[in-house]
Amino acid sequence: MSFYDVYLKYKNFDFEGFLNSVTDNQIMKILSKEKLNDLDFLALLSDKAKEYLEPMAIKARQLTFKNFGRAILLYTPLYLSNYCVNQCAYCGFNCKNKIARKKLSLDEVRKEAEAIASTGLKHILILTGESRKHTPVSYIKSCVEVLKDYFSSISIEVYPLDTEEYAELIEAGVDGLTLYQETYDEKVYMEVHLKGPKRNYRYRLDAPERACMASMRCVNIGALLGLNDWQKEAFFTGLHASYLQDKYPDVEISVSLPRLRPHLGNFAPRSPVSDKDLVQIMLAIRLFMPRAGITISTRERPQLRDNLIGLGVTKLSAGSSTQVGSHALEDRGDGQFDIADTRSVAQIRDMLYSKGFQPVFKDWQAI
Amino acid sequence: MDDKLVIAGQELSSRLFIGTGKFPSHRVIPEVINRSGAQVVTVALRRVNLDYPEENMLNYIPEGCIIMPNTSGARNAEEAVRIARIARAACGSNWIKIEVINDNKYLLPDNYETIKATEILAKEGFIVLPYMSPDLIAARRLRDAGAAAVMPLGAPIGTNKGLKARELIKIMIDEIDLPVIVDAGLGRPSHAAEAMEMGAAAVLVNTAIATADDPVTMAEAFALAVKAGRMAYLAGMGVVKEYAEASSPLTGFLR
Repeated sequence: MSFYDVYLKYKNFDFEGFLNSVTDNQIMKILSKEKLNDLDFLALLSDKAKEYLEPMAIKARQLTFKNFGRAILLYTPLYLSNYCVNQCAYCGFNCKNKIARKKLSLDEVRKEAEAIASTGLKHILILTGESRKHTPVSYIKSCVEVLKDYFSSISIEVYPLDTEEYAELIEAGVDGLTLYQETYDEKVYMEVHLKGPKRNYRYRLDAPERACMASMRCVNIGALLGLNDWQKEAFFTGLHASYLQDKYPDVEISVSLPRLRPHLGNFAPRSPVSDKDLVQIMLAIRLFMPRAGITISTRERPQLRDNLIGLGVTKLSAGSSTQVGSHALEDRGDGQFDIADTRSVAQIRDMLYSKGFQPVFKDWQAI
Repeated sequence: MDDKLVIAGQELSSRLFIGTGKFPSHRVIPEVINRSGAQVVTVALRRVNLDYPEENMLNYIPEGCIIMPNTSGARNAEEAVRIARIARAACGSNWIKIEVINDNKYLLPDNYETIKATEILAKEGFIVLPYMSPDLIAARRLRDAGAAAVMPLGAPIGTNKGLKARELIKIMIDEIDLPVIVDAGLGRPSHAAEAMEMGAAAVLVNTAIATADDPVTMAEAFALAVKAGRMAYLAGMGVVKEYAEASSPLTGFLR
């Protein structure tokens, strides 16, 4: 059994028919339930449910406070390298793009780490493009060894790995995985991933599960919103999270809601996701999975992020850049995409305090 | 009234223990602790940040309180033991609340792994207070493993549902010669009072206080409820009668 079997179950489902048939009564009933099933969740992604965003928000807020309190975990991404062998239509690191490529030396990793750690952050997410030649697992492992001196939690957002490779990195000190399926629709997946190992849909789809099998502590998944109908993508993201949480109850499962951002290249979102849509997705996921973490990154602009706090968000990135070497180096590689919220860690911290939330800098202890 | 709770030789006059997660700011914690009168405060090691004084929870706990680090995040006995050892060094306290959870959906504790961790840590000289699902047999094993008290959940953590596990906790109180501290699930002061009336030695509260609109006042409300419940228990409550007493008793002719 893999999540692929769940995907197949709904692959030919009449989404449009179902979403158009949702009634007021149905939504009201769902809002009074403690535990939602798959189709309740889907109903909350319908146009009809859009008329109920306020009651959904009230419930989402209560559930979030109950389960996470008024506390938001802060982290920042650290780009190790932008070398990539894939041709993803929507990504700045696309191997066809003529951009400044760079890979941090271990000495540079230390410099970047020092700069980030001086902001108080203790959680870091390290990223690479997909290039087993430039950034093999052994390189990632060496970086983790350096970063351990500065951070109490290290997550990876790199190309999908085998179970044994995940285990190796966990042993080295990694405790979290972020991996986006980008799109759950197999057909669209093949259309936007034009060349490279990333074209292997199943290998990527099963990667979060392999990390769970390797005993990863936290696994964070998501779809790149904008590539395909957001209702379907949000639905499969929720089902995927729920599948993993049911099967691996000891793993903390969380969800990110990344929207496509402008990048070097000329891919336009096929299926734009409005602010209202984004809020609806977040609320529906919170109601479907009350205990799942929800991340909103600096892809979103400050005003929107500030308003999303308290509706279900549990993690925020801060002081972010998608450039390789941006925290401490003069010599930088080009970025993956443009970020919208350029505020510093201190600014995000102050914003959280002013809204009555506790910024959490440390929520794990490497053991 | 000289009514002290004694845990591992330590005399406590407050029977309300406080958790420190979920607050809108660390800055509110000193006032919460003061108004609650709590003498035992639990802190998750995962949140202890020694590198950043302003964010370090330990700096917000008033002097004189017993810091009881907890092993939040431990998925098995081995991880709990490792966290406990780091916590002892980081917090300078040998009290430890063992929390072993490998179910992220309901956050229910794993009694089996908890017993294993208790055995190891008690031998190492820790004062061990294990968080557990209410179960008499597991509580006996925890006692035999060296626990200083047992802490059954009243309802799943964070739910504010109250004393849903009442019957099972009552049995533990009646049968176990260790303090039984109700931890988790108490959403209102009246829930805490109910636990104390029943004979619980103390209660541990976090979510209900931390997520209240006014955590400081809620802390005091819980303190008062705990006191009232304890006094009622000590005073010996009247029996709840299932029947009315007729003015002309049916057996009156026997006189």
